[in-house]
Amino acid sequence: MTRFNVFSLLSNAMTGNRNWTEQWPESQPKAEYDVVVVGAGGHGLGTAYYLAKEHGITNVAVIDKGWLGGGNTGRNTTVIRSNYLYDESARLYDHSVDLWEGLSQELNYNVMYSRRGVMVLAHTVHEMQSARRHIHANRLNGVDNRWLTAQEAKEYCPPLDISPHARYPVMGAALQVRAGTARHDAVAWGYARAAAARGVDIIQNCPVTAIRRHPDGSVAGVETARGFIGAKKVAVSAAGHTSVVMETAGVRLPLESYPLQALVSEPVKPVFPCVVMSNAVHAYISQSDKGELVIGSGTDQYTSYSQRGGLPLIEHALAAVIELFPMFSRMRMLRKWGGIVDVTPDRSPIVGTTPVGGLYVNCGWGTGGFKATPGAAHTFAWTIAKDEPHPINAPFTLERFRTGRLIDEAAAAAVAH
Amino acid sequence: MLLIHCPYCNETLPEAEFTYAGEAHIARGADPSALTDAQWEAYLFHRSNVKGPHYERWRHLHGCGRFFNAVRDTVSDRFLTTYPAGAPRPDLAALAVKVPE
Repeated sequence: MTRFNVFSLLSNAMTGNRNWTEQWPESQPKAEYDVVVVGAGGHGLGTAYYLAKEHGITNVAVIDKGWLGGGNTGRNTTVIRSNYLYDESARLYDHSVDLWEGLSQELNYNVMYSRRGVMVLAHTVHEMQSARRHIHANRLNGVDNRWLTAQEAKEYCPPLDISPHARYPVMGAALQVRAGTARHDAVAWGYARAAAARGVDIIQNCPVTAIRRHPDGSVAGVETARGFIGAKKVAVSAAGHTSVVMETAGVRLPLESYPLQALVSEPVKPVFPCVVMSNAVHAYISQSDKGELVIGSGTDQYTSYSQRGGLPLIEHALAAVIELFPMFSRMRMLRKWGGIVDVTPDRSPIVGTTPVGGLYVNCGWGTGGFKATPGAAHTFAWTIAKDEPHPINAPFTLERFRTGRLIDEAAAAAVAH
Repeated sequence: MLLIHCPYCNETLPEAEFTYAGEAHIARGADPSALTDAQWEAYLFHRSNVKGPHYERWRHLHGCGRFFNAVRDTVSDRFLTTYPAGAPRPDLAALAVKVPE
């Protein structure tokens, strides 16, 4: 693997880019590993990377049923922010933003993290009040967030229609400047490359069909399409399919899997400088570096594994986007797709140990897992290595659904994570 | 857009007329004060989240307004059957034979 730097770029440019070596090898599964991570998305690959880098555990395999980064890592709308209401969430997501800021340097891979700002619009008096409450709570937690008047919002994002006759009048907005976007594929590739360089095996196109347990109940390994692979510890990071995988170990989780839909337009020149979200009309929008408008919608109302979703939601989101940004009314949409997201009752993730010895789970990120990729992977690796919670992920236990100590971002955010 | 058959109206209508109401056949404990924390957890939060035929509740909100149950394959989103609330679970094996591919 060639390290990326100005000299390697120049010398490869001079030689027609024919001498680049592979980014990571095609690994064959070994008979046994110290840790098997199920799911090669950003979270799973990041977990393997931090296990190797921070905890010296390199006898690790990351196994995926498809190609790496082909699930929700490749399907999300790449929004990064940390303006969550509750203290526990603010710590977790802000830890992630801290890691995002140095991630390209750390991985020696450009993840194209762009601090372009995320603006959350308020359309009613109630939304103004709750946005301001959010801002105050964030600032007390050291998370940057500030209030913009409608005029200031228009200056920050010129395509926005703030006329008083708009169907969704803009009364102001909350702006987190440190928030932004990153290139989702690059996150998976960067973690995969950095993990493989430290000895982690990445095994693609190999579905995990069951988790096997020893007679004493602890984890023995995983059954896969390529046979049994032994493991001292198994860490499941399988997003929408987590409950299906965990069921095979006899662990029931408070998860339901819904299709979350998104779409992109044809690419155009830079027209949209930031990320804008509107909870009331339930749409969010940004522009990728390729020039496509990336538009996020809500989850379908019914649970499904179809990775499709229905048209009514897309139509609803686009109708809202056109009202907010009339200049996009004749834009053509290029593609739409669905990702299967695992949603918890309180809309907060579950990261930590399970009742089964040696089995760990990182799930329940619902509609907002991408932004948490580095922070979740970093603290999850700690939990796997030390068999105990990291101070930041400690509140996000599975036990909270029994004790009642929920972290109810569902009530706080209402929608759009 | 799903097309859903309301067993009361006996009509197949677009999804927009209906609201989803979660997994079906989840009964609240008959003696709530006797339930343990684990039983409450299971009742409130644990769902089968099955990949395949799923028993679920729907409400014909913009129609008769009534709740009914359905069996839908969560892989294909195809409805295998719908039936009135309160009726017993249909037998999956019998449904599989009835539905043409």
